[in-house]
Amino acid sequence: MKPAPFDYLRAGTVQEAQAALAAEGEGARVIAGGQSLVAMLNMRLARPTLLVDVMHVAGGAEIRVERGQLVVPFAVRQAALLNRRDLLSEVPLLAAALPWVGHVQTRARGTVCGSVAHADPSAEIALALVALDGRVHLRGRGARRLPAAEFFTGMMQTAARPDEMIEAVSFPLSQEGTGHAFNEVGIRHGDFAIVSVAAIATGDRLRLAIGGVNDTPLVRDWSSLDERQVDDALNDLAWSLDARNDLHATARYRRDLVRRLGRKTIKEARQCAA
Amino acid sequence: MRRLIADQTHSISLKLNGKPVHAEAEPRMLLSDFIRHVLGAKGTHVGCEHGVCGACTVRMDDGLARSCLTLAVQADGAEIETVEHLAPAPGSLSVLQNSFRRHHALQCGFCTAGILMSLDTLLHDHPEAGETEIRDALAGHLCRCTGYEPIVTAAMEAAKILQKERLNA
Repeated sequence: MKPAPFDYLRAGTVQEAQAALAAEGEGARVIAGGQSLVAMLNMRLARPTLLVDVMHVAGGAEIRVERGQLVVPFAVRQAALLNRRDLLSEVPLLAAALPWVGHVQTRARGTVCGSVAHADPSAEIALALVALDGRVHLRGRGARRLPAAEFFTGMMQTAARPDEMIEAVSFPLSQEGTGHAFNEVGIRHGDFAIVSVAAIATGDRLRLAIGGVNDTPLVRDWSSLDERQVDDALNDLAWSLDARNDLHATARYRRDLVRRLGRKTIKEARQCAA
Repeated sequence: MRRLIADQTHSISLKLNGKPVHAEAEPRMLLSDFIRHVLGAKGTHVGCEHGVCGACTVRMDDGLARSCLTLAVQADGAEIETVEHLAPAPGSLSVLQNSFRRHHALQCGFCTAGILMSLDTLLHDHPEAGETEIRDALAGHLCRCTGYEPIVTAAMEAAKILQKERLNA
């Protein structure tokens, strides 16, 4: 339960951090809040040769609004985003999902981009990012921006290359007339989600995003879905998922949560939109 | 930008409970071990060492931190406060600690140091906190003795006393 040895480097700029990652290759990892990574180090599930600390890079914690997007850079802690005064009007889905991320104690240290980089299948921030068609800003020798759906490639797997770090993630600002809702079931509040559901409703259009079941967040769109069609649609969705039995829940229980949480979350999102 | 080499110790300076301290640690040393074994402050307890039980919770630069999920090198330059900081003077207890004692909010006491840090921070940052906020803060801690009810009662009483004190201050 103690980490294996690694070197540590506190970067002063993004360029320094990126150069260190590029020079080290596969063995390098970025450390930000460390709330997922240090647990993995302690259990020796991760054995990096170098940790590059990016929390002291100037400007890394400054959230900004830019061209209709809320841009959240790499050093923004989850608590800082949750406490942002205008978050509920800017990105209501994040305001609904963030209280479900870990606990008060881990949100105080854990970062938004760190959770995205970790790519846990049950992570709420990843689910919100995919549901909203957000983007991941990567910085390697050059810069590129990937749609969230392309960034998450599997369980704890992403499209980031070893020499790239996440410079920011961006969430589209909410449009008037759109309703958002989020719900989750876990063993206890703050535990990993067994199933989490995000719903976005605009007029007749509806989008659902499901976390905790497949290896990456799954999104389904309907151009219209009236009250009589909801149960059938949710049943089809539940069966189309790759629900599995594990220590925490059976596949059947997961499908039932998708149906029940799905119905509740759709209703809430439509009420918000009205 | 200096690379700290894995199997060497490096000097770390931080403030522990208001006092500047300097000591040495390898990059892989956890803040929890640094506080206990290097700095000798044994009030902070270590339970699960992967961020689940909450026993090792400390205050770091005004926010809470699991000291087992923090490296000592990350805390270089930080201000750390531990349970030793809560009592106003030797031989006396803080309002929250007194409420814990009155309501039997601990039995074995293993989880208590972390819980006190979380609740002390909550009542400081949100003096108006009620049962919902107290239970939310407690969700990040495991206690196997009390069943949590006496802890909630103690925290709610402490909140009331502190609110009154603030009115009369």
